[in-house]
Parts: sequence; C-alpha cells; structure tokens
Amino acid sequence: MTKNIMIVGVGGQGTLLTSRILGGITLDAGYDVKLSEVHGMAQRGGSVVTFVRYGEKVAEPIVEEGQADVLIAFETLEALRYAHFLKKDGVLVVNTQRIEPITVVTGAAEYPENIVEGLEQEHIVYKIDAMEEAKKLGNSKVFNIIVLGMAAKHMDFSKEAWIKIIEKTVPPKTVEINKAAFLKGYEGQ
Amino acid sequence: MLGNEAIARGAYEAGVKVSAAYPGTPSTEISENIVKYDEIYAEWSPNEKVATEVAIGASISGVRAMASMKHVGVNVASDPLYTISYGGVNGGLVLVAADDPGLYSSQNEQDTRCVARAAMVPVLEPSDSQEAKDFVKFAYEISEKYDTPVIVRTTTRLAHSQGTVTLEERVEPEDKLYERNPSKFVMMPANAIGRHVYVEQRMKSMAEDSSSFAINRAEYNDTSIGFITSGIPYQYVKEACPNASVLKLGMVHPLPRRLIEEFASKVEKLYIFEELEPVIEEQVKSWGIEAAGKEIFTVQGEYSANMLREKILHEKVQAKEPAKVPARPPILCPGCPHRSVYSVLNKLKIHAAGDIGCYTLGAVPPLNVIDTTVCMGASISTLHGMEKAKGKEYIKNWVAVIGDSTFLHTGVNSLMNMVYNQAAGTVIILDNSTTGMTGHQDHAATGKTLKGQVVPAVNIAGLCKAMGIQHVTEVDAFDTEELERIVKEETARGEVSVIITKAPCVLLKGNIFPYKCRPVPEQCKKCGACLRPGCPALTKNSDGTISIDDTMCNGCGLCEQLCKFDAIKRVEA
Repeated sequence: MTKNIMIVGVGGQGTLLTSRILGGITLDAGYDVKLSEVHGMAQRGGSVVTFVRYGEKVAEPIVEEGQADVLIAFETLEALRYAHFLKKDGVLVVNTQRIEPITVVTGAAEYPENIVEGLEQEHIVYKIDAMEEAKKLGNSKVFNIIVLGMAAKHMDFSKEAWIKIIEKTVPPKTVEINKAAFLKGYEGQ
Repeated sequence: MLGNEAIARGAYEAGVKVSAAYPGTPSTEISENIVKYDEIYAEWSPNEKVATEVAIGASISGVRAMASMKHVGVNVASDPLYTISYGGVNGGLVLVAADDPGLYSSQNEQDTRCVARAAMVPVLEPSDSQEAKDFVKFAYEISEKYDTPVIVRTTTRLAHSQGTVTLEERVEPEDKLYERNPSKFVMMPANAIGRHVYVEQRMKSMAEDSSSFAINRAEYNDTSIGFITSGIPYQYVKEACPNASVLKLGMVHPLPRRLIEEFASKVEKLYIFEELEPVIEEQVKSWGIEAAGKEIFTVQGEYSANMLREKILHEKVQAKEPAKVPARPPILCPGCPHRSVYSVLNKLKIHAAGDIGCYTLGAVPPLNVIDTTVCMGASISTLHGMEKAKGKEYIKNWVAVIGDSTFLHTGVNSLMNMVYNQAAGTVIILDNSTTGMTGHQDHAATGKTLKGQVVPAVNIAGLCKAMGIQHVTEVDAFDTEELERIVKEETARGEVSVIITKAPCVLLKGNIFPYKCRPVPEQCKKCGACLRPGCPALTKNSDGTISIDDTMCNGCGLCEQLCKFDAIKRVEA
C-alpha cells in the first residue's frame, strides 16, 4: 500500500530539506519512493507544496485530493488551503504559525480566524507552536524539524532510523540541534 | 534522483563531452548537475540560440553534445534547430526541452512536440527519472544512427520529481572523424534542397522502425479500455486504471503507426491521454482510428489520476471541497533591490515595459509598475515600438526594466536598435549580479563561469556606451533619493538613456547583512508609507504602528528611507 505524505508551507520555510529527509528515510527502508517539489518563481514567498509517496511500487509522483495520509503544514493558512487533500482518516500535523500573504497585507483579502479550531472539527489534528519551541532550543530555523518529528509518529520508521537520516542529511554543524529538534517533536520533550 | 539530475547522469554515461545551456525553470538543474562531471565541458551561454549552436559545433567536430533549455528557450533556439535538422549530426546531438504544463514558472504553456513536428526532429519523452537517464542514452544512439538531432522532452513534473535510478558506467565513444562536407553542413539553397529530401526519408524510416523500438511498449491487460499515453500522464494511467491496457510511447514523434494500429484493433474503447496539445490524437484520428481525447481531457494544465477516476471511471474522488482561502502569490524577498527601484517608479507614477525575471513581480500590487511582459528581451523593443507609434512626449512617463542576465540574453540587440533608429526612451537595467529567478546562475557579466572559473566580466555600462549611448548612469539601487533624481532627469531627456541600478540579489551566496531595521513606535505617525512597497518583513499592528520580523529583515533600509518621522531606525545587527 502506497503511503502519501504532503508538506506544505510558505516559500523559504524549508519544505525542500524536510522532503529530502523524508525521501532519504523511505529509501533506506527499502521502499520505492517518488518526490515532487516546487522550484523557481513559486518559491519566492509563495505557497509551496511537496509530495512524498512511498510503497512497494509507486507510479505517479504527486498526491491528489482526498489521498493524503499525513499532511505536514508549516503554517496555518497553508494547512487550510490543502486540508481537502487529506484522506478521511488522514492526519494533519500543523505548526500554529501565522504568516500573512501579501493579499492580506495589502487589504485585498482577510486572514481567516480560528483556522486550527475549524480543522479540528473535521480532521485528526496535532498542533504545535514549533517556532516558540525552536527558539527555546536556541535556533528558530529548526522549527520545521520539530514539526517533522511530530509527524514522524504517523509513519512507518523507527526513531533510530530517523536520527540516522537526519545525521546524514543536514549540514554537519547543525546535526545536534536538528536531532534535538526532532526529538522535541517526536517525544514532546 | 531528480529528473533533471537523471538527464545529466544520462549525458555523462552516454559519453557527452560538451554541454551548453541558458538557465530556465524547469530545466536549470540539468546543467547544475552536468557541471559536476569533470569529463564534460559545460557552460552557461548567453541564450538558448547560442547554446544550441555551441552544441551543434561540438557535434559537427565529432563529439556527443547537449543543449538544454525550457520550452520558451526552444523558440530562441529554433533558428539553428530547424536548419540543423537538415544538416544532421556527426557526433550525437541532443536538445533537452522542458515544457511547463500548469505554468508553474513560465509565460505560456506551449508544447515542444509541435515545434519538433515542424522542424522534423524526433522527440523522446520519459515517464520517470530512470527513463530520463535511459532515454538520453538512447537519444544519442538514434541521433547517430539516423543522422538527426533528437529532442528529449520533459515537463515540470518530471524535471522536479525524484525517483530511484540505477547507475551505469560512462562509455565514451571514440570521436567521429571530421571530414569537410559542405553538402551536409553548409545550408545554402543548393545543398538544402537535397537535405530536405533526406529529412523526409529519415523521418519516414524512423516512423517505420519505431514500431519495434523497446521504448514504445504495449502493455495488454483488460482490453475493454485502452490508453495511448506518454511521459508523466502514463503514471496517472497506471495509478488510476492499473488494469487497463496501455500503449506507452517513449517516442512521441514520429509515431509508430503500425504499433498504434495494432493496439487500437485489440482494445474496445481507445483513449488518448496526453497533456497540452492533441499531437498524438490528431495524427491517430487522421489514420481513421476511432479514439477519444481532447473532447474529454483539457488542453490546459497538468493532468492527474483523479481526472481519470472522475471522467473515465466515474468515481467521486474528492472527500471535501477546497476551503476558500486568500491566495499567497510569490513576492519579492525582504531586502530585494528591485523593490527599492519599483518604489521610486511607483512614486513617480511611471509605467514600465517589463521583462522576464523575479522583477516581473513589479506588475502586481502593491508595486503596480510593470504594464507589459512578453518574452526575454522584449521590454526594450516594446518601449521602442511605443515611442515610434506615439512619439517622445508619450513615453516620458515610461521606462523599460530588464535584469542583467536578460539584458545579455536578448536585450542587447533591442538596445542597439534604439540607438540605430534614433529612439528616445529610458532603459533601466536592474543589475543584481546574477540570474535570480532560476536560482543564481552566473552569466557573462558576473565574472564567473558555470565551472566556477573566475574570468573577466562583461562591463554592462561599457557595452552600452560602446553602442553610442551618451547617457549611461550607474546608481546604487537602494539610494532612492539619487535614483529618483536620475529617473526624472533621464526620462525628460528625449534621447536614449540607460540607468543601471546596482545591488546584489539578497539571496546571493556570500552576501552579508550588517544591519536590521527596527521600529520606533513612539515616533510613528501611522501613515503607512513604510508598508507601501510590500516588504514581507513588515506588518501593521492593530493600533496602526508596525512590527518588523527580525528573522526576515535583511536591513536594506528602504523602509527607513521612506519614513519621514524617524520611526524606523537601521541598527547594526
């Protein structure tokens, strides 16, 4: 059975690094895997989405509406934008950060209120203020790895395998802080 | 491996010795990966025409060569492409063209297969990263066997998807002997007449042989439904209809007619599932074969497995309607020098003929400066056309804006034309020392090559002066006061003038940011002037004062300059 993961957020939030860690762990575990990502213009502060699919044999590289097992959202508006991609029993892991799009800043649109509360009515939701937690760890940039740690509990890999792939994927100087960030999300410590 | 990385690997394994390209999403990573192989000479050329001609020269000399580009780059390269189709090759010659169904990063949704049909060049279309590598190698085989350039066509979804790839060793074929052969490589009328006959024969014999190419493959299952498909859409068929029969075409031009007729005769209901133009469909239907295609499936955007579930299997797939949420379009980065220039143009109520790059975002609110964008280099020539149509007075509140890389790509010719034809008008070259939107590639004016070699840089101001332009001014992109003065002066002049605004792209490696901007709320008059250029680091608080996100701010100081009340201070970071 193919497992469908989506990572959504705002350009610059580190969706590509997160998807590379995910792709790496699925390969190490011996699965067939396909990843699809967004480059170029769309990355400039725009809405970005990355798909990771793994299983015995994977055909298409994207996750479609109503098919996602896990939706990892780095920002609440983006969680709402892509929530309809979730399967009925799919899991949403959301960082409760709010980043206003330019359409809101210029007054052309309004940022919806109580997004997470609304999503909780319809989906299985795990939420975290990962930016705050990352600051406590001493580096706000690792917030995405905290969110990944939280989502990792809903995938098919051991804690050791995650630690191993993080060691392999992130820049050497940041291994320790990324490991700490992962465990923060994974174990809630 | 990314599709583009796999193409680079294919070039390496096929023994390619020369690669040339101009960056363009979604093709850029091909060159960025090819450069890692020391055995291949790789360069950024100033545009796709030049890149293709470099590859042609290498091929004629007897080695395997590659040119890679995005779909609209093929337009720029089409002049050499159409004619080298006549001349053919010596060493294998492959052009990789990356189409962009869904317009993730492009100005149109054209289909390279249409160009290839017109140019009479064969096209291979892989469906995943493994095939991307394998098809490149096969492309070199048939290029040399049939004496033809070959196009490998990808799409954004293939280029930017990763899949597993089995690697093989590089096999470097011996260089082909070079022998002078004007009847083949000097395309003047007398020679081209004969070569056109050859091209017709070549395409006929390829069409004949392609029914037995392994990359064209019939997969028979349940024969009540059959699909003819290729590329990424093949994966959607396998996902949604795993039990259907499929004719998977690895070569989409010329088509394997015998194989298609055989397949069509064995399935009850035949669908043709191809993104963009009905290239396969129209040919198949012209042979009297009954099939369904574009009457069901759109010519726009990307396809999906859900499309098949809904339209063929009549399944309801979507559990929920998408929520109505504010759009989040891409924006200029915090600290982007383009924002500073646009804030000045916006203040002076100047219209801009725009061009292709990050700076095209100057067309959208809140900047609203750019009125037109057509293609690479068009800003300067469209401004010229407006002036010739309406006169000098009319364009006094107009400028052309073009990036440094785009200027060298095709802007130079347009500027030369302004000088030659005695035009009036101000051209602003937004020089951020890189090709920004595609992810920071070097070009002739950065002083560094694709291989990382430090070389003399083309002097853009010197180039403009050498054309005979009297008024060429360089200015710091963030010095808004000085820039405003210069723009007023130059647009009033009624002659050709060039303003080069200089400041490196904020994302450029090695850039250091010594400052941060901080609000001083007690001074704030809540006028909103700082918010006007739409810097994403600034947000308005509920009481009308502003906050500046410290992690986003790069301390460019634009907001500080715009504040008349000293309510923003730039401090050392």
